[in-house]
Amino acid sequence: MALLSVKDLHVSYGAIKAVRGISFDINEGEIVTLIGANGAGKSTTLNTVAGLIKPESGSVEFDGASVVGVPAHKVVGRGMALCPEGRRVFTQMTVAENLEMGGYTRSDAENKETLEKVYAHFPRLKERRGQVAGTLSGGEQQMLAMGRALMSRPRLLMLDEPSMGLAPILVQEIFDIVKQLNEAGTTILLVEQNANMALSIADRAYVLEIGTIKKTGTGAELLVDDDVRKAYLGG
Amino acid sequence: MSEKRPIISMGGRGPASGGARRTLPMPARYAINAVVVLVLLILGELMIDGGAINRYQSTVLEQVGIYIILAVSLNIATGYLGQLPLGHAGFMSMGAYGCSIFIIRVSEALGVGARDFVTGTPMALVVVVAGLIVGGLCAAVAGIIIGIPALRLKGDYLAIITLAFAEIIRVVMLNIDDVLGFELTGGAAGLTGIPGFSSFLLVFGCVAVVCFLIHTMMKSRHGRAILAIRDNEIAAEATGVNTTYYKTLAFVVSAFFAGVAGGLYAGCVGVLQPAVFGFMKSIEILVMVVLGGMGSMLGSAISATVLTILPEALRAFSEYRMIAYAVVLIIVMIFRPQGLLGSYDFSLSRIIERVMNRDFPWSKKDAAPAADVAEGKEVSADAER
Repeated sequence: MALLSVKDLHVSYGAIKAVRGISFDINEGEIVTLIGANGAGKSTTLNTVAGLIKPESGSVEFDGASVVGVPAHKVVGRGMALCPEGRRVFTQMTVAENLEMGGYTRSDAENKETLEKVYAHFPRLKERRGQVAGTLSGGEQQMLAMGRALMSRPRLLMLDEPSMGLAPILVQEIFDIVKQLNEAGTTILLVEQNANMALSIADRAYVLEIGTIKKTGTGAELLVDDDVRKAYLGG
Repeated sequence: MSEKRPIISMGGRGPASGGARRTLPMPARYAINAVVVLVLLILGELMIDGGAINRYQSTVLEQVGIYIILAVSLNIATGYLGQLPLGHAGFMSMGAYGCSIFIIRVSEALGVGARDFVTGTPMALVVVVAGLIVGGLCAAVAGIIIGIPALRLKGDYLAIITLAFAEIIRVVMLNIDDVLGFELTGGAAGLTGIPGFSSFLLVFGCVAVVCFLIHTMMKSRHGRAILAIRDNEIAAEATGVNTTYYKTLAFVVSAFFAGVAGGLYAGCVGVLQPAVFGFMKSIEILVMVVLGGMGSMLGSAISATVLTILPEALRAFSEYRMIAYAVVLIIVMIFRPQGLLGSYDFSLSRIIERVMNRDFPWSKKDAAPAADVAEGKEVSADAER
């Protein structure tokens, strides 16, 4: 059975329909990516799954239980963590305090243990643990946001545009870490505009266009798909 | 100074980098601060009794204490939660009326006379403390009623709705007797017959308790959640913080303490008129917080002190004093927009720890000389000077 199962999801902002009937599944241990242009409904889908937005209709099941209508702060406790778009670290707290906040739903003993693991994945964060998060570079902030999400020990980690605004070398580094995290046992749902990168690490992918799913397949298949190449990969 | 030596021998070793940094255990920190507060309170009381501070000055001091509580409590909502409520005077008036009416009625029923409040009999003290709590609760209820709808809004909208709410409270206080035929608030004529229960000790005792409670709340997990909301509400929600709950909590706690301050104000002035709790009062308190530095308790306290004493000190230049007041504000905002202290907060324990670690701003040594700071050895903090 799928870890996350989304069926016929509809989401609107007032009169504007952002998502019009999306269905997809994620199995335990996979990296699944949603790609598509601006306004395709990728982030809306992710935020809805995370409980930040209420869907108009459709179902979202995590680990066999419905999470529709469950507020975002309770979704975390069920084993899903969202790393929101635009990094959104707690700018006035230190790196260590940010991570501590990430383990808000966990006990201190658990956090101590998880913290070591997070530092192992992100040695840079350990070096900067006393620094105020607002003074970190963009790439470091992205790492911090990911580390913070990991602190809740999620079974499913949802990443919203982790490459946004980062230098290519950092994008590579971030994606390497995403792969590592997946190999360490975390299932990943990745939303990206950088389709090339996302497809190269994804097991499966869904292509979104104006709120619907246009195409689906494995990452490798879509990388060589003509339509996808034309629309998102620059020919 | 004598209490420093045993504390140092109690000092455990910090777990942080190097393993050599000496820290104070929590009970010692609380003990030091409690001792300092007690000494200051006794000193103040002795000065009043001895006549070094006259009656007028001690009344001004009481006002200072009341404004400190108001500023520090508003700081929860503005500095820590990051919202901009403009209705703090409304909560203050809820507390003032709630507390006064409670004390007047209960002291009648129990036969506690006005003199008992001045001399401070145990019975009167119990009534006063209960009254302050009732005042705080009245304000807290008002805080819940306004907070739940208002906190769905942000920025300007929240400011306007809280402003409107404070005005509603004021108008209700003014007219409730006439309209509903009560004899509760005294309407425009004001509520009189409030025993003068406020004293230097009571006010500053409350200041200490309020600051302590706010400090411990902000250091706790709940406080961290509130700060996370200020920094980024969506991220806070995504990490598992119930943002609606904590926003309301911060708002209500802020209102509660404003209510306590209102109660003290009533006991200080003796007469309550709705007009006092107008829009300008809210602005005055907000100015104190912004001037002191949002998120800094010490900043709020200092600017509350300065801004209460300044107009009194400038009484000689009566026509110009409001201008001077305004000019001070403009200058501070131009040259220090983050407020006098920014978000810096004072910690006595931190300073003592620095001394214990010989970590002074002027010494360039990057690591504390751990070897000769062995446990049990006589390391006097004073010897460092």
